Amino acid sequence: MSATPWLLDVRHLRKSFPIRRGWNRKVVGAVAAVDDVSFTIREGETLGLVGESGCGKTTTARCILRAMTPTSGEILFRAADGRVVDLAPLSRAALRPLRPQIQMIFQDPFSSLDPRMSVGDIVGEPLRVHGIARGKDRTARVAALFERVGLRKAQMANYPHQFSGGQRQRIGIARALATEPRLVVADEPVSALDVSVQAQVLNLLLELRTRLHLTLLFVAHDLAVVKHISDRVAVMYVGQLVELATAEAIFRHPRHPYTAALMRAVPVPDPQAPSGDVALAGEVANPANPPAGCYFHPRCPFVTEVCRIEPPALREIATGHLVRCHRAEELILSGVGAEPARGTHGVVDSLGHDGRTV
Amino acid sequence: MTTPVLQVKDLRVHFFLDEGLVRAVDGVSFDVHPGQVVGIVGESGCGKSVTMKAILQIVEPPGRIVGGQILFQKDSAPAVDLTRLSPKCAELRAIRGAEIALIPQEPMAAFSPVHSVGAQIIEALRLHERQWRPTGPRLTRSEARSMTVDLFRSVGISMPDERVDAYSWQLSGGLRQRAMIAMALSCRPRLLIADEPTTAIDVTTQAQILNLLRELQRRHGTAIVFITHDLGVIAQMAHYVVVMYLGRVMEQGSVEQIFHAPKHPYTQALLKSIPSVNVAPRTLLPTIAGSIPHPLGRPGGCPFHPRCPDAIPGVCAERVPALRPVGPTQLASCFLYHRDEAVEP
Amino acid sequence: MSVLASATPVTAEDRVSVASNWRLVWWRFRKHRLALVSALVLLALYVVVLCPDFFSTQDPEATEARLAFIPVQRLRVFEGRHASPWVPDVVGKRNPTTLRMEWRVDESRKIPVRFFVTGYPYHLLGIVPTRIHLLGAAAADGRDRLHLLGTDRLGRDQWSRLVHGTRTSMTIGLTAVTFSVVLGVLLGGISGYYGGAADAVIQRLIELLQSLPTIPIWLALTAALPRDWSPQQVFFAITVILSLVGWTTLGREVRGRFLALREEDFVLAAELAGASRRRIIVRHMVPTFLSHIIATSTLAIPAMIINETSLSFLGLGIRPPAISWGVLLQEAQNIQTVALAPWLLVPGAVVILSVLAFNLVGDGLRDAADPYSQ
Repeated sequence: MSATPWLLDVRHLRKSFPIRRGWNRKVVGAVAAVDDVSFTIREGETLGLVGESGCGKTTTARCILRAMTPTSGEILFRAADGRVVDLAPLSRAALRPLRPQIQMIFQDPFSSLDPRMSVGDIVGEPLRVHGIARGKDRTARVAALFERVGLRKAQMANYPHQFSGGQRQRIGIARALATEPRLVVADEPVSALDVSVQAQVLNLLLELRTRLHLTLLFVAHDLAVVKHISDRVAVMYVGQLVELATAEAIFRHPRHPYTAALMRAVPVPDPQAPSGDVALAGEVANPANPPAGCYFHPRCPFVTEVCRIEPPALREIATGHLVRCHRAEELILSGVGAEPARGTHGVVDSLGHDGRTV
Repeated sequence: MTTPVLQVKDLRVHFFLDEGLVRAVDGVSFDVHPGQVVGIVGESGCGKSVTMKAILQIVEPPGRIVGGQILFQKDSAPAVDLTRLSPKCAELRAIRGAEIALIPQEPMAAFSPVHSVGAQIIEALRLHERQWRPTGPRLTRSEARSMTVDLFRSVGISMPDERVDAYSWQLSGGLRQRAMIAMALSCRPRLLIADEPTTAIDVTTQAQILNLLRELQRRHGTAIVFITHDLGVIAQMAHYVVVMYLGRVMEQGSVEQIFHAPKHPYTQALLKSIPSVNVAPRTLLPTIAGSIPHPLGRPGGCPFHPRCPDAIPGVCAERVPALRPVGPTQLASCFLYHRDEAVEP
Repeated sequence: MSVLASATPVTAEDRVSVASNWRLVWWRFRKHRLALVSALVLLALYVVVLCPDFFSTQDPEATEARLAFIPVQRLRVFEGRHASPWVPDVVGKRNPTTLRMEWRVDESRKIPVRFFVTGYPYHLLGIVPTRIHLLGAAAADGRDRLHLLGTDRLGRDQWSRLVHGTRTSMTIGLTAVTFSVVLGVLLGGISGYYGGAADAVIQRLIELLQSLPTIPIWLALTAALPRDWSPQQVFFAITVILSLVGWTTLGREVRGRFLALREEDFVLAAELAGASRRRIIVRHMVPTFLSHIIATSTLAIPAMIINETSLSFLGLGIRPPAISWGVLLQEAQNIQTVALAPWLLVPGAVVILSVLAFNLVGDGLRDAADPYSQ
């Protein structure tokens, strides 16, 4: 909307994993973990990527980071020197100079820190590897990073096993910020933490984001967390993007039945909130053998004939609001608002049909 | 007032490690009435899992129940104190699986990978046959199988005759959890213990499973002890909530009281710190200062006092507050409400 | 905010926070009493390895047919009330029928035993010429002989031979395993980290080597050794042969470890930080399983010792006049010898002792090696 340039432009990203059978490991098919995903992230923006297991959000994140090689598509990145680079086809050697600009925060605070290294060394490793700082200079920078994430610099000599989950996550954040990256990909950074610690780490991320003007790709399965931190939200289902809009728009007025169902399924910490009206039957579709037509159609309360046959395209139905649904214009779905929920979350289409199923 | 199915009175479970003593559960009391869902909520180190294990007497050494009682009310017999029974004795084995069943957190780990899920349920049925069917001829194999198929149908597993022969790793997460629920309910237990049953599954599947549990509970009148760290799930499922922290109960009461009128500073802070879809986004969440101390480094006095915004100097650090009523059915252990009622050391 | 620990319980001391992996391993190892005792036993054995001559009482190669099959002169520490070590003397009588000397122990005559006596000359650590030995009969003129473990059919002192044999056998075990470790880590590492064609080739090689029946292979290889090689050359060759076959198990394990580690988050983090492959392997992956490798290797040493003992016992390994436990046990190959001189089986007990000790230490190390297992 504004003149802020985009930092990351993902175009038609695809990643498939071959399925091999038989003694000679013949390829008999492929699982499209990421199936034609496109989005952009502007500088300073936080994009939340949300979905359930198997939806492809982690694979997307890892492709962007080039921890794996995409099958096809482009990952355009605006580097620090202004050039636009397509990360997808780059070799390991070509990627190396760009690594300081894209960093990752991991989900598991226990396995993401090398247990044999002191935390000071862990945080300083990116600096050492790229020769950005040496000796005392590096120590000083690591100390500053520690303070910035709320740890004491006296703890730099300690080993990871001495820290709690929340503290380890802070160390992981410090490591990600060491090279002053332009883009930070956070893969479920708070899912493995206790409730009270989640809040602390989320606050830290919010603060850092504002202060350092970070661009963040925030992958999560927890809608509440995503809503809390994101400017825009993208919802994925079985490898495809089904909805993309600003956080307000998506939460107040979701346009895709899956998004609406996802919101209703999240248990609200309020005993008076309605519960038990489950809009979705069945299980998440199998990415190795997705349904024909719209992948969501077997579970959708508003399914019509066309949904079973023809896969819908991702269309822009309002400014900046993309939906992959044949009936996006006619459905009236309700989401969650800033006020505490009252009454029912009726999911009704324009024909007056109540989409409730069990 | 009906007799509670389970009464936990001042339970204490300590772990005797080389490095020191860990008081995993340090004086926990609550009751579970028939047909009621009691939610035990807390963060890591609060002792909720250990409490569950103590009820089933599966606490592993170096842990041991060192005090308190767990009174389980069988149908008409006088209540039996589970802590007095040796973990391997026949009486306890008869209770486990048949009268008290467990839905564990990780269904994949709970099912044997080399037996079909149906076979494991049939095993449970035949093992406890005399408890759920005290008289009559012995269960035949085909009877057991058809009972299992019915069970699967009742928990919403489609194509139950085929699924009975499936192996646990062939089923999806949601189906596995349903099969686990079927197994837990097979012998019509009086008490069901659900240990974080939905933590490992997706949100939409979780909604289905919670629905199922509520439905089954209504139908059979089973009492449930529901253990979780997710306050949203507790709000949806529980009638009565017990909030634990570092082995002690901070507050307990009906679900409305806990969520709408929390009295203990820990409960209040916890509720405020959850990001919710209903809260304004991108604002800083109110957090609880500090972090959960290491079990070996438990603070003296009230376990929450180092992080409590309302700690009373000189009082909260010295003595441990006792759990006392702060309302008709609500109890809290906090010196803000009972200055004089401390726990004897 | 105080420094707070993670899920692994540790002591409340501050020094634990800066404790590196090795310190933690040591603390956990210390808790295994049996392993600790075994470690001390092994230490004692390796001290003997350093200087076997010091611990010997006679020249291990000195033969004297007249002194064949002298029984064990048991060492007593106390004489009456004083601590004054002594051994009973032996009395020999020539058997009129076989014309051989037959010896028996005579408790009435005592030979005092002293420490740091002068004995046969040797070079300490191969450099310093000296004649001091740890134990010996008080009279140094050779009149009173001290045979703590008797003698064999050639009159050679078994105790001294055992001490020298310890050096050979323990060294072969250690050296062979070291070679195996180097080969195994190198090839297993390449296989696991790089995968692809290298992995396939190395795996097939491992399978080939493992499917070959070991005894015939050893027979063939050792028989191929030239007869005129010196004992040292034979020693070296045996070591190399043993390690060429022994590396496969370790190689497989290392490969498995690498494969697993490749997927670990912290390895990915290092890759995303831009670390080179070499740095990732050396700095991140190897330290993680190094303690495990050491534990596994310690468990592999007894197998090597037994292999060498077996080969030498069959006459295919170390050959006389070189001494190893297997060579010593060769003397005990027939029933008559064993019936006449059962003390010749003592090297077997030492083999058992060392193998047990290595196994216990290896177990202790393996249990202590992963303080971070969650």
